[in-house]
Amino acid sequence: MIRLEAVTFAYEPAHPVLERLDFHLAEGERVVLNGANGAGKTTVLHLMVGLVRPGSGRIVAFGRERRSEADFVEVRAQAGLLFQDADDQLFCPTVAEDVAFGPLNQGKSRAEARAIVHETLAALGLEELEQRVTHKLSGGQRRLVSLAAVLAMRPRALLLDEPTNALDEATRERLLAILDSLPLAMVVVSHDGEVRERLATRQVRLVNGRLE
Amino acid sequence: MSVIPAARARGSALDAARAGEGRALVARLDPRSRVLLAVAFTGAVVLAESLSALSIALGVAIGLALLARLPWRLTLRRLLALEGFMLVVLALLPFTVPGRILAEPLGFGLSAEGLRQAAQIALRANAVAVALAALLGSLEVVALGRALARLGAPSRLVHLFLFTVRYIGVLEQEYGRLRLAMRARAFRPGPGLHCWTSLGHLFGMLLVRSLERAERIDAAMRCRGFTGRFHLLDDHGPERPGALDLGVGAASTAALLLVVGLGL
Repeated sequence: MIRLEAVTFAYEPAHPVLERLDFHLAEGERVVLNGANGAGKTTVLHLMVGLVRPGSGRIVAFGRERRSEADFVEVRAQAGLLFQDADDQLFCPTVAEDVAFGPLNQGKSRAEARAIVHETLAALGLEELEQRVTHKLSGGQRRLVSLAAVLAMRPRALLLDEPTNALDEATRERLLAILDSLPLAMVVVSHDGEVRERLATRQVRLVNGRLE
Repeated sequence: MSVIPAARARGSALDAARAGEGRALVARLDPRSRVLLAVAFTGAVVLAESLSALSIALGVAIGLALLARLPWRLTLRRLLALEGFMLVVLALLPFTVPGRILAEPLGFGLSAEGLRQAAQIALRANAVAVALAALLGSLEVVALGRALARLGAPSRLVHLFLFTVRYIGVLEQEYGRLRLAMRARAFRPGPGLHCWTSLGHLFGMLLVRSLERAERIDAAMRCRGFTGRFHLLDDHGPERPGALDLGVGAASTAALLLVVGLGL
C-alpha cells in the first residue's frame, strides 16, 4: 500500500535522521515500529502522508509515486494519521464537528457527514460524547475521539503515533480492543509491549536511520 | 438525519444541555437575539449623554443580570477587576479636565465638568459590563461563535475566535507547566538580572512552543483533508426567531424609541 524507497531525511543537514530507509506496508499488515527516542519514528509516519518531504528517495502510496502537496491530499484521506498529542488533533469546538471535519473536507454533504459522525461514534461506543466540547474531555476520551475523527474519513490504513501513551489501564484496554477489531493495515509507533503482543503481525526497529 | 434528537430543536445543543438548570429568561433567548440585544444596548449607552439616561441604562443592565440569574458573587469579582482599572482614571479626571472649579483640596482644582465626565464613564462602563455579563457571559463560547456566524460575521473571524478560545487553555497549561518547572528548581521572582533573564526564557519558550503547536495543528488539519476552506456542520439552517425573541425585540425597540423620543 505504502512504500518508502531509499528515503533520506534530515531536519539539519549535519544530522540526518533517516538514511536510505526502505519500508513497505502491505495490505492487512500491522507493523509495530519502535526505536530509541529521537530515532525518527514519527518522521517516518509524517513522510508517508507528506507532512515532511524526503531529501532523496521515493514515496509510492496507493499505486502511484507521490511528490507534491496535491498528490498527498489523496494519500491522507486513505492513510489516517493519529497524532501523539490529541490536543493537536481536536481543534473544533465540539466532538461532532471535529469528527465531521474530515468527511466535510472530502466533499460529503452535511447530512452524510452527520450520518458518518453517528455511525463512527456508535461503533466506538462514544455516542454520549457527541455534543461535548472537545477541550473539556478527559485525556482518554480525547484519544478515543481523535481516533474516531481519523476513522470517519474511512481510511484504508492507519498510522498510529504512540496510541497508548499516557492512557489509564481501562482506556488502554478499550483502545487496543478497538484497534484489534479493525480490518485495516496499520503502522503503530509504540514502546508498549502489550501493543506488540496484541496487534503486531510484524515488528521493525529503527536504528541509525535504517530499519532492522 | 432524524436521529438528531428533538432536544436540540432550538438554539445550540449546548443551550439544550443547560436546559436542566431551570432556565432563566435570558437563557431561553436565541443566542442571536442576545448578541443583537448586546450590540444595541452597548450602542445606545455609548451614544447617551445625560446622567439620568445612563443611570436608567445601569438599572436596565442590573435588571438583565437578575433575569439571567447571574451568580452575583462571581459577577461582583469580575466587576471589581474593571473598577480597579478605572479607579485611577476616574480619580484623576476631576482634576485634569478644565472647567468651573468646585473646590481646591491641597491646591488642585476640582472641576464640575471633570466630575461629570467621571460619573458618565463610571455609569457607562458598568452598565455595558453588567449587560454583557448578563447577555453574553452566560453563553457557551461555541454557541456565541455560531450565533455570530449565523448573523453573517465573516467566517474567518468566527473561526479565529473559536480557535483562540480552544487554545488559550492549552497555552495556559503550558505556561503553568513551565512555571511549575521553574518553581521546582527554586526559582523565585526577585530583583536582579537573573529573574528577568529567566522570565525572558519562559516567554521565549512559550512562544516557540506555541509556534510548534500551531504547526502540528496545521499538520493535523491537512491530514484530514483541509485545503483552506471551512465547512460548518451546523445544518439547522437559520431558525425562525421564537415568540420570546420577537417579544423581547419589540419591547427593547419600544424602550429605545422612548428614550430617544423623550430626549433623555
